[in-house]
Amino acid sequence: MSLIKGLGSERSAQLVPQARLTGPMPWVIAIMVALTTIAAAGGLALANLAGAARAELSGGLTVQIVEAEPTARDRQAELAVSLLANAPGIEAVRRVPDSELDTLIEPWLGDAGAAGDTVPVPALIDVRLSGPVTDRRLQAVRGLLRGRAPAAQVDAQSSWLRPVFSAISSLQWLALGLVVLLAATSAAAVWLASRSALGSNRGTIEIVHLLGGTDGQIAYIFQRSIGFDAVLGGTVGLGFGLAAILLLGRQFAALGSGMISGGGLGLYDWAAIALIPLAGVIIAMITARITVLAALRKML
Amino acid sequence: MNAAEGDIVQFDNVGLRYGAGKEILSDISFTLYPGSFYFLTGASGAGKTSLLKLLYLSQRPSRGAIRMFGTDVITLSRARLPAFRRRLGVVFQDFRLVQHLSAFDNVALPLRVSGVKESELEKPVADMLEWVGLGDRSDARPATLSGGEQQRVAIARAVIGRPDMLIADEPTGNVDPEMAVKLLRLFEALNRLGTTVVVATHDLHLLKKVPESLIMRLDKGRLGDPTGALRYPPKRPLPQTPGFELEDGL
Repeated sequence: MSLIKGLGSERSAQLVPQARLTGPMPWVIAIMVALTTIAAAGGLALANLAGAARAELSGGLTVQIVEAEPTARDRQAELAVSLLANAPGIEAVRRVPDSELDTLIEPWLGDAGAAGDTVPVPALIDVRLSGPVTDRRLQAVRGLLRGRAPAAQVDAQSSWLRPVFSAISSLQWLALGLVVLLAATSAAAVWLASRSALGSNRGTIEIVHLLGGTDGQIAYIFQRSIGFDAVLGGTVGLGFGLAAILLLGRQFAALGSGMISGGGLGLYDWAAIALIPLAGVIIAMITARITVLAALRKML
Repeated sequence: MNAAEGDIVQFDNVGLRYGAGKEILSDISFTLYPGSFYFLTGASGAGKTSLLKLLYLSQRPSRGAIRMFGTDVITLSRARLPAFRRRLGVVFQDFRLVQHLSAFDNVALPLRVSGVKESELEKPVADMLEWVGLGDRSDARPATLSGGEQQRVAIARAVIGRPDMLIADEPTGNVDPEMAVKLLRLFEALNRLGTTVVVATHDLHLLKKVPESLIMRLDKGRLGDPTGALRYPPKRPLPQTPGFELEDGL
């Protein structure tokens, strides 16, 4: 295969002087790979976070008994729990204890709101369906409670987080866009480097041509050179990227938020991130080859 | 015009101009035979180097026809050119050595381009460097070699692959007379083995050293043919025309 066919030896591949880490190319690639790694990790973490939240909320319903009179509220709540517990398709029903409600509203109302002493607080019932919440199932639950618990309001839990999911989805697209943009920028940088190397090695290329060297052989020399730069840069960039991910991961983990804990990276995610430098090397080598071949076609 | 059987190069009414300028070469017609030795002479600016560029396939002519090894090389695709170039050995006037490669690697380059294995090229390259008197300078970079030494490396590179045709542009310009004669003997030895040799030179004394040679003379881009053997070639290569004296003709 001409992509890997060169002049047959390590020494002849040195026709193009190698700058290695003293040249700019490995560092440009390192920066690109580091940024791509961070963007990809961010996108994957957001996808995991959204997935975990969706899975958790997909079968969740919340029933609120919005009744100012405490006795009537408790009676309707108990009746609703009883009806729901015996209804088909319902996996679990739990009335949220008053103490939990007090804790939830304490940041806004302080001790004054405790157990609805001064401010009437609706009774909350957490319902988990055996499958995802659909409009039809939502209407069925509302129909079940209508008449017997007239103060009941039924909502799907996922509907509360719809704007959050929408924002997460936008961020995921942004991360994907960044990855594509960075890959394109890397290819453009390699294109420029190849053109520059072609210009500075024009004399050598002419000699190899006149000695019977083929375009494929000459392109191989350049793609090999760029390939080495990409391996060096990719390794360094992956190191920087991983360090940044681990640091950010530790920061987010310290938040202790239940939602954010769902955004951890899995084995496949780490495998995908580890493939980024490899993809960088492939992009760099293909770009170098195409660039050099296109330029050589203009020579006799 | 079809190439005659056995010829190695045939030029027919070839003209060359660079861009929109005037013709550098005009109405060039000749035939080169395998195993012949040719000198190309002419004053500075006569077009010798341009003619050699056409011969070593670095330039396409503006008009006319060129056949090489029985193939029309003007319409030849780029992909097929390398195979033809590998049959040629070229000594450039400015040597064109790869500056960051050693003398050894410069001489080995044609063999590597042709796919010769490393284990098979070390001895011939070392022998060739020894022969041109640079056996002890094989690791030297061109910048550390004298002009004459660089020229010898360039010659070694041109002949290492035993080409079908050797094209040399002023190959003895930077060497002492003794080395010049030695190099000519190398060219003659290759010639005896069947290599067609074309040497561009303005050194008239050199022409006398190879009495069997044929002479092409360029004058202001047009080919003079003092032997008559170029424009109307016989079936076999002619020895130099009796009575043609270098002093008269050149």
